Amino acid sequence: MTAIDHRPANHVGRSQLRKEDPRLITGRATYVDDITITGVLHAAIVRSPEAHAKIVSIDASAALERDDVVAVFTGEDMADLLGPLPMAWVPPGIEVNNPPHWPLARGTVKHVGDPVAIVLSHDKYAVIDAAEEVLVEYEPLPVCTDIETALDDGATLTHPDFGTNKCHEWSLGGGDIEAGFAAADVIIERRVVNHRTSGAPIEPRGVLADYRAGALTLHSSTQVPHFVRLFLALLLGLHEEKIRVIAPEVGGGFGAKLQVTGEEVLCSWASRRTGRPVKWIETRSEHMAVCHHGRDQVATVKLGATRDGRLTAIHSKILADMGAYLMLLTPSIPSLGAFVMSGVYDIPAVQTDITGIFTNKCPTDAIRGAGRPEATHMIEVCMDQLADELGMDRLELRRKNFIPKESFPHTTALGIVYDSGDYHGSLDLLMEKLDLNAFEAERAEAATRGIRRGIGFSTYTEICGLAPSRITGPAGFGLQTGLWESAIVRVTVTGSVAVYTGTSPHGQGHETTMAQVVADKLGVEPDQVEIMHGDTGTGAMGLGTYGSRTTAVGTEAVARAADKVVTKARTIVSHMLEAAPEDIVLQDGRFVVKGSPDKGMALAEISGVAHVQPELMPEGTEPGLEETSFYDPANFVFPFGAHACIVDVEEDTGKVKVVRYVAVDDCGPAINPMIIDGQVHGGIAHAIGQALYEHVMYDEDGQLVTGTFVDYALPTAAELPSFETDRTETPSPVNSLGVKGVGEAGTIAATPAVMNAVIDALRPLGVTYLNMPLNSESVWTAIQEARA
Amino acid sequence: MSATVPVQVTVNGQARKVDVEPRTLLVHLLRDQLGLTGTHVGCDTSNCGACTVHVDGESCKSCTVLAVQVDGSEVLTIEGLGQEGNLHPLQQSFQNQHGLQCGYCTPGMIMAAADLLQRNPDPSEAEIRHGLEGNLCRCTGYHNIVKAVTEAAGTLSTTQVNA
Repeated sequence: MTAIDHRPANHVGRSQLRKEDPRLITGRATYVDDITITGVLHAAIVRSPEAHAKIVSIDASAALERDDVVAVFTGEDMADLLGPLPMAWVPPGIEVNNPPHWPLARGTVKHVGDPVAIVLSHDKYAVIDAAEEVLVEYEPLPVCTDIETALDDGATLTHPDFGTNKCHEWSLGGGDIEAGFAAADVIIERRVVNHRTSGAPIEPRGVLADYRAGALTLHSSTQVPHFVRLFLALLLGLHEEKIRVIAPEVGGGFGAKLQVTGEEVLCSWASRRTGRPVKWIETRSEHMAVCHHGRDQVATVKLGATRDGRLTAIHSKILADMGAYLMLLTPSIPSLGAFVMSGVYDIPAVQTDITGIFTNKCPTDAIRGAGRPEATHMIEVCMDQLADELGMDRLELRRKNFIPKESFPHTTALGIVYDSGDYHGSLDLLMEKLDLNAFEAERAEAATRGIRRGIGFSTYTEICGLAPSRITGPAGFGLQTGLWESAIVRVTVTGSVAVYTGTSPHGQGHETTMAQVVADKLGVEPDQVEIMHGDTGTGAMGLGTYGSRTTAVGTEAVARAADKVVTKARTIVSHMLEAAPEDIVLQDGRFVVKGSPDKGMALAEISGVAHVQPELMPEGTEPGLEETSFYDPANFVFPFGAHACIVDVEEDTGKVKVVRYVAVDDCGPAINPMIIDGQVHGGIAHAIGQALYEHVMYDEDGQLVTGTFVDYALPTAAELPSFETDRTETPSPVNSLGVKGVGEAGTIAATPAVMNAVIDALRPLGVTYLNMPLNSESVWTAIQEARA
Repeated sequence: MSATVPVQVTVNGQARKVDVEPRTLLVHLLRDQLGLTGTHVGCDTSNCGACTVHVDGESCKSCTVLAVQVDGSEVLTIEGLGQEGNLHPLQQSFQNQHGLQCGYCTPGMIMAAADLLQRNPDPSEAEIRHGLEGNLCRCTGYHNIVKAVTEAAGTLSTTQVNA
């Protein structure tokens, strides 16, 4: 644990406008598809229209006869690849069935969109024509699509070699679960569905691979350039230093780009094979079919309490759809939710049992929140169900079981240490903002018009700041990597600052927030601080941007490197001004002698000495003013908050409209309140999208029904209200900045708030429980069934 | 490649003569032949609006228009709307109100908003939300986009009154 830095801040805490924006608002940013290299070949990928089939033959002759086609490759051509695509989770003591997964299918295809061949042409239109001329003969095989029957005797097998559709079983428990339920006076059990969704960043994925003279440069729209480099090295047999992976401007990720993809490997391989740069830009239709999906769990949740509303036990049995293959983190995602399966409540016994199941669908993996939205949905929906059963106010039930502020750091029944929290505080502020005096009158008035109004709540915590390696790594949870971050802070000769981070932000505004932190540390303006990221060829290594880790882990690493620069700067100043190093303080942008503010040096002067006249520094001091920090936190961080959603439901049509949404979040001291609000807005919208509109659907033959934005309904501005946000600030003791994460908070908190609001609205009609998605059809059907 | 056809088009005030394959989409003419990569592609079904530009003063989705259809027309893209040091009020308000995060939808969103404000200089929140229905953003939840368009409407009306 580290003490919180309470130095007065000039820039931290302010809603500074973003440094990223000038290039983005003028159309001068550079995304992957904006980059070209002379001689580039455009790639089109021939994909399976079948959900499960044997590849009988591939006839590329017609495509190859075209003047505009340079090459066609199939899985058989890639025998020199040193291994299948990576899966990075090896949980100790757990057997995980992991089918081979190749950039181009070998022998069979396992889901619609599985890649079969790559076609290369200098013309980006012609290559699509040519891909249609590659004739693939398939022998269709039976298909498995339903996880709830996939383990039945005689079920169709996705991977017959395993003899089962089961991928793995994984459990996490703490406390005496049997005693917990024995102590309960009331036990509720619900089937909780968290349906399949798409990350759907507005920029689809894209790759530009350029192999020449033994070295590979890969531009990729990725959240994890360092991971990508590592696995390209392993699969292509190249030294890591011969590979440079650049994530240029990245148009959103939401977990969809937290991946080492077949296309990255395939285009890199094809560039080496052809000696030409190879570019592949994903179409939206491809994105919907083959970029990993998220969620897709069916859980049976049992929650027990005493008659007076004291929680005694929670048990979640989760069936999780892996899809057809395991990608980088596929089977580990549901487990991330298990760590917070007791939510913000003090529950003496907690048990989660997860079964991963293969189906003939696109693989699932991390999508914004990754396991934690599912867990929070289970808990918060079931808390309302339990309150109903107990005849108790749902907020009173929550308050009664909140982990009290005084008991932080709090060790849960699972042995997880929640760093800090004030759950009553965030709910108090939420209720103040809501001011529900008029609500019942509005509800009654709406009912006279056939509109059912309801309000739902969600009080949540999440586990984020992914790290710490000792818990997440090979001997702990089983991820085959450490999850630290590193940073380099370099003061230039003229006193501006270059910061290199191993994280890879893609819209979260870290070029601004990291600069605010460094500016305060070094006594310069944020405009003098440039944040360099997303390039394995320049500077610091790291693990990327996901899991709300970039501020809590990445920015802390930056802060620590800046602290080291300050230490060196003070040494130089103390030597130059003949004062003790501990008497040198930063004041009004200058390092001055305490008590003598006229005696001091600005950062530019100090850097001038360090670079131009190093002989003036204390003897033995290395020239330059640059420091590196590697940071692996001692614990996770646990943001939290309280959300409320008010909905109107049209009785005659089942149409749900969110009319008001109020969110109080706590991610520690705000570095930039404007950016935090923006993250919360986007997260809430993502979750409302899932709750009401978005649903990746397959039919019983494994055909994707929602293959474009026509069928997969992202919410537009017209579907959403403006959001009311506020914050409490409870510092984390884990890092020196006291910060937690906020990128996923809205997504984690909001689906149960929407769900509970809809159930609240429909309770007068006899509807007591529902599952997502709450589209008009499902809500209307529930109303009819309740009436029948 | 099939035979090309000549197209004369004024793009961001500059007269251009280009030869295009008849099936070339306007967005690809802009991006690949004219190097104006600020106009983006985010879907294949005209839903996302990342490719929104103005043709003869009205917004249109350039992924749904053939380059040959703009023969004789004037096209305005994000690069022509305003530049560093000479920003359009919408570009400035998007920054001021944090109306963008990853920035990918932003050029199309700004072009759609510019068209909206031409047609309705003083829109309500509901009118802004319906006016931008054809443009998807995954990052912002639209909250700050609505605020940005409201701010720009105010700026533009003040500018016009003062002019």
